[in-house]
Amino acid sequence: MATHTLDITKEHCPMTFVKTKLKLAQIAQGDILEVLLLEGEPLNNVPKSAAEQGYHVIGISHVEGNVHKVIIKK
Amino acid sequence: MFDFSEEEINRYSRHILLKEVGVEGQEKIRNAKVLVVGAGGLGSPVILYLAAAGVGTIGIIDGDAVDLSNLQRQIIHTTPDVGYSKALSAKEKVNALNPHVNAIAYQEFLKADNALDLFKGYDFIVDATDNFPVKYLINDACVLTGKPFSHGGIFQFEGQTFTHVPGSNCYRCLFDAPPESAPSCAQAGVLGAIAGMLGTIQSAEVLKYITGVGELLTDQLLTFDARNMDFRKMSIPKRDDCPVCGKQPTIKQLIEYKQVSCELKQH
Repeated sequence: MATHTLDITKEHCPMTFVKTKLKLAQIAQGDILEVLLLEGEPLNNVPKSAAEQGYHVIGISHVEGNVHKVIIKK
Repeated sequence: MFDFSEEEINRYSRHILLKEVGVEGQEKIRNAKVLVVGAGGLGSPVILYLAAAGVGTIGIIDGDAVDLSNLQRQIIHTTPDVGYSKALSAKEKVNALNPHVNAIAYQEFLKADNALDLFKGYDFIVDATDNFPVKYLINDACVLTGKPFSHGGIFQFEGQTFTHVPGSNCYRCLFDAPPESAPSCAQAGVLGAIAGMLGTIQSAEVLKYITGVGELLTDQLLTFDARNMDFRKMSIPKRDDCPVCGKQPTIKQLIEYKQVSCELKQH
């Protein structure tokens, strides 16, 4: 079980979730994806959208400044 | 797998966002090969939407040239295309719309002697034709080779469509054989926009088939009358005594019917 990282701090809605979905499609079942994103719209929407589409959001943590990490299990 | 470029991710982002399509569905669309028979009123929206969607290979067969009277509804062609091959005109629009699509133009008409070979290279066939002989040819060729297809027909303000997959009802389950008489010249009028309505429904069916989303228009007939925007769906069960897909089929090879209509060009 591998852990992957995706930085979407430079993306805007809806590309934030598009990039997250693409990365989730590329990793193996059971792998972990750590998504680095900004607070505000991305932090509000990406975990919610991921959960709505059937992915398992296992945690959200503050990294530094306005950057947060959303941890998703495929 | 899923090696989409940044440009493709951006281009197809609205598909990828859909839960039912996603990256996996977009990959299926990219791998799909669809043959569109006819680059006219129905073929125009079908080809454009399939190209926009990123269908990897789109075959376009039409032996006709663009006529000025086509432009009222055949929106893939433009005024400078008058006199030019419809297949080539459509292919060029596809290339301009989406360079990721491999568009193949066949400047010929579908016949009993080329249909089976041509269909072999494709996963799905779209009937975007305007005459009964070719509609029966497509139906029979698809039933005989086990190919799925979308049937489409328009007349004045009305449209009809169904989707066939191996085992579901076919065109002959509905109508045994071509009609004795075809519409007269005076009946050749058609509201241009209904070609877009019907062709767009057909392209949605193709994309649903490729991605496996939802339920197809199989064993049903969708009809509409744009005069009052009345849409109806009726059930058409597969017929055991169908001459081509029934239990004891009498049609085992392709039949080249003659078109019975006035000579008016109405593509």
